[in-house]
Amino acid sequence: MNLGERLLKGDRRACARLITMLENNDDQAINILKDLYKHSGNAYVIGITGAPGSGKSTLTDKIAKEFRKKGKKVGILAIDPTSPFTGGAILGDRIRMNDLTLDKNVFIRSMGTRGSLGGMSRATWGAVKVLDIFGMDYIFIETVGVGQSEVDIVKIADTVLMVMVPNLGDDIQAIKAGIMEIADVFAINKSDLDGADRTKLEIEMNLDLSDQKEYRPPVVKVSARQSENIGELVDKLMEHRKYLEDTGKIVERRKKNIRLEIMKLAEEEFMRLIMNKALGENLLEDLVNNVVLKEMDPYTAKDRLIELIKE
Amino acid sequence: MDRPIRVLVAKPGLDGHDRGAKVIARALRDAGMEVIYTGLRQTPEQIVQAAIQEDVDVVAMSILSGAHNHLFPKVVNLLREEGVDDVLVIGGGVIPDEDMPGLKEAGIEEIFTPGTSTKEVVEFIKNNLKR
Repeated sequence: MNLGERLLKGDRRACARLITMLENNDDQAINILKDLYKHSGNAYVIGITGAPGSGKSTLTDKIAKEFRKKGKKVGILAIDPTSPFTGGAILGDRIRMNDLTLDKNVFIRSMGTRGSLGGMSRATWGAVKVLDIFGMDYIFIETVGVGQSEVDIVKIADTVLMVMVPNLGDDIQAIKAGIMEIADVFAINKSDLDGADRTKLEIEMNLDLSDQKEYRPPVVKVSARQSENIGELVDKLMEHRKYLEDTGKIVERRKKNIRLEIMKLAEEEFMRLIMNKALGENLLEDLVNNVVLKEMDPYTAKDRLIELIKE
Repeated sequence: MDRPIRVLVAKPGLDGHDRGAKVIARALRDAGMEVIYTGLRQTPEQIVQAAIQEDVDVVAMSILSGAHNHLFPKVVNLLREEGVDDVLVIGGGVIPDEDMPGLKEAGIEEIFTPGTSTKEVVEFIKNNLKR
């Protein structure tokens, strides 16, 4: 039985191996996904994002358990940063989810970003398809701890949960562009700490200024560690899903993301072609040296690279 | 294919001393490996399921409680029961010399005791991968 058939039958090792192959750019895995793509589309994807240490992993663990109580199968992709210097990584999100490890209806996979900057890894898109075909009802993607502009999660998730904590900044932070704009639901975690009400108020005031009247992202105070208000948070996530489905916006959202994914894949392939050629013939090194010596400028160097691909 | 080596670093059993495991995790990270760190008090069953889901090349375990003769072989056996035969299993901690032969026979391919340089561990892993 090949990997694809094993995946369809719910074989965990096949699921794990396919994700590894996608991470390693193995064409065989892509071919399997080409064959099985028609089996995907059943899973609902929830992105969980927020600053480092805001409690994303602990909250993901608690939310996943709520969905398990409802009898749903849950896949979790937990992303942590890869070192730009060594390529190594410490993937430490699982440490908060150990209780889920033995549940046969949960599959958790840790992934390094491997050079991607948007808060996820390049293989995340493929890994979501693998978990979807594997039969998961809900897939949670926990991004790396984000700053202000790592917003790629919105390009893959149906619902984005933004995890905030009290006292990280004033009301100016709440009106900045970027990460604050992508949330469909806000959770204020560690809300037993002072300042939680103020943080909620600042987010609410920012939402008051939005033109979007049809759906207003709810702001829920929770404590992941103490399992407080997790049920209410899950209700809000489900309400967002219902809103998208009732209005047909889910189709729009997914279509927009498919367009982005195709463009991203083409862009990656294009870069790979250029870089293989440039590195293969040592051209890049020559260009860099020329620019260093001021014998060439970086713009002309770029033109030379592009000429290569046209040949 | 050029790919990062994936290593599960786990602490089976009940002792709470994870400094050594963290030092090793950090050294493997600096050697370009992806280290999945699962933390304290893992059962052998949890370690094996995590190893499967994470599709790791190596399971590295640390024990300082004295339960190594029970827990290390149990992980190897559970991996075999699941049909996993391409994972390198290594151990570390305070392990008496006289326990080493038995552990190696049970399928722990190498045991690293206090005083081992992290470089030795990195080299051993690189030279003994099973896939």
